[in-house]
Amino acid sequence: MADALVQVQGLTRYFDVSKPWLNRVIEREPKAYLTAVADVSFDIRRGETFALVGESGSGKSTIAKMIVGLLEPSDGRILFDGQPMTGTDGAAMRKLRRRFQMIFQDPFASLNPRWRVGEIIAEPIRTFGLASGAEMRREVGRLLEVVGLGARDAAKFPHEFSGGQRQRIAIARALSSRPEFIVCDEPTSALDVSVQAQILNLMRDLQDEFGLTYLFISHDLSVVRHMANRIGVLYLGRLAEVADGKRLFTEPRHPYSRMLLDAVPDLEMSGRRRKRVEGEIPNPIDPPPGCAFHPRCPLVADRCRREIPQPVARGDGMAACFAVEEGRG
Amino acid sequence: MAEPLLSVRDLVVEFPTRRGTLRALDRVSFDIGEGEVLGMVGESGAGKSITGSAIIGLIDRPGRIAGGEIRLRGERIDTLPEDKLRRIRGKRIGMVFQDPLTSLNPLYTVAQQLIETIRTHLDVSEREARERAVALLDQVGIPAARRRIDDYPHHFSGGMRQRVVIALALAAEPELVIADEPTTALDVSVQAQIIDVLRDICADRGAAVMLITHDMGVIAETADRVAVLYAGRMAEIGPVRDVIKAAEHPYTSGLMGSIPTLAQTADRLTQIPGSMPRLDAIPQGCAFNPRCPRVMPHCRTDQPPLTPRAQGRQVACWLYAPAGAAHG
Repeated sequence: MADALVQVQGLTRYFDVSKPWLNRVIEREPKAYLTAVADVSFDIRRGETFALVGESGSGKSTIAKMIVGLLEPSDGRILFDGQPMTGTDGAAMRKLRRRFQMIFQDPFASLNPRWRVGEIIAEPIRTFGLASGAEMRREVGRLLEVVGLGARDAAKFPHEFSGGQRQRIAIARALSSRPEFIVCDEPTSALDVSVQAQILNLMRDLQDEFGLTYLFISHDLSVVRHMANRIGVLYLGRLAEVADGKRLFTEPRHPYSRMLLDAVPDLEMSGRRRKRVEGEIPNPIDPPPGCAFHPRCPLVADRCRREIPQPVARGDGMAACFAVEEGRG
Repeated sequence: MAEPLLSVRDLVVEFPTRRGTLRALDRVSFDIGEGEVLGMVGESGAGKSITGSAIIGLIDRPGRIAGGEIRLRGERIDTLPEDKLRRIRGKRIGMVFQDPLTSLNPLYTVAQQLIETIRTHLDVSEREARERAVALLDQVGIPAARRRIDDYPHHFSGGMRQRVVIALALAAEPELVIADEPTTALDVSVQAQIIDVLRDICADRGAAVMLITHDMGVIAETADRVAVLYAGRMAEIGPVRDVIKAAEHPYTSGLMGSIPTLAQTADRLTQIPGSMPRLDAIPQGCAFNPRCPRVMPHCRTDQPPLTPRAQGRQVACWLYAPAGAAHG
């Protein structure tokens, strides 16, 4: 696609979860692998917010880490603005690196407690040689103001700020290399709701102001509904469905998407009697054969227990489900 | 209303520190009726969990109850000595905490823990306690309860563990269950199951529930009434539908507006500026006044009293209080 800024193709990641060598020899066990992400493909278009939702163990954070280069993919590739991110050599990679940043979930862990806020924000500016001296200090002050703090806050340490303010600092730091793309891994799930609203509003304003593209990762469907243009639903490391933001909530296609939506507590108090959610997420070390969702699926058929459904294009997105494919949904 | 099951009046909890005494709860009052589900919401540090701990007498030292009273069926329980309190805790008041791993002992099987709890509080034989334990696990929705009862906690998934914790809390047939963020550590699909179990089983046994959570959605689906805490003070309390659909306290309405919902199409969320004050910097007058869009001059000087409104609702805000009725 022409306007795709990030293209993820067949992304796969295994983790070796074997017991130590000696135990394996004594207990005669083979090596064990956990498939955290399996054959995931999607595009993120320039200027949009693409969200990945899923429950724990669905692989959403693993995907985020691979996209920013914190983890090597076991298979598949990631293209940023048409250039492959794996196998690119030092200088070219460095140029690419400036253009994407990440915001983490826990603003208490992601900021170095020994550094002043000004140093934290200035680090990417210095690393990429974007400015120095007085100009750099001015830039840090400006960034602090952009995120709703004051230029004077540069002299303080992270512990002097509340959780919401720290997340603002993390955002200022992410913005300081003037990136085009920001991966946001559960950026508000450690925050209280009233502060969450401030951060979500700020992120939207910044997107409009700087033309940013976001990959937004969350387990909270309401937050995703608010932020995303398009949404990918992950289940046990595979994409179950990709859909336009609004459409996912009005006509979810994959049975898992429907179940997730049913599980969200109803703040509207419409008196909707929700369907009982069945079962739990299986252990990713020993996933069920065929479609990983089949033990919990109300539309399960024989084929689902044997074959893994492949993504089938549907409207603006896709669904990986035999029931949808065969029109049983 | 007849005598409430639990009555909390002007409860004050203080933590002495080197830099002065911090007031974590400031004259909090509420009742819980027989078989009622009272939701308790607020942001971190608002005092929700402290209220729960105060009721069961488990406030961490050096914190202490510095005023007010707590009555269970009319009987004072905040002044009871520890040995008498232990007979209430677990027996008449059951507890469910956020993290099911820390509330279960990893070294004992589920059967051992359930049987011990049952036999501590009820006069039954080992065999009968075991039968009761199996029945309990069955009720909280653990498949093949008879076979799984001899498993250790680590054999269960997070959701199943929380079911075991609920079974433990209900083992002695308490009149009140205090559930402190029972679903926060769980995934959404599992969260919905646990809420259903908690609500159904308590309704079944006529146990009242004090449900402490930061999640308004959970409250909306579960509670009969809801209490909103802010900076250790009661901001608003009333029937859940009234409070959620038509909040009267500016904090409650700000809070409701800031929650993204599935039905919502608005581009921006309503946001409350600033954040909740720390306990050592609670402003004079109404604690919410620096963030309040409808602040008036005397909000900055006088603390508003909890004022009765229609449908048994109470609101602590000068917009609704008669003039000159300052709280203390």
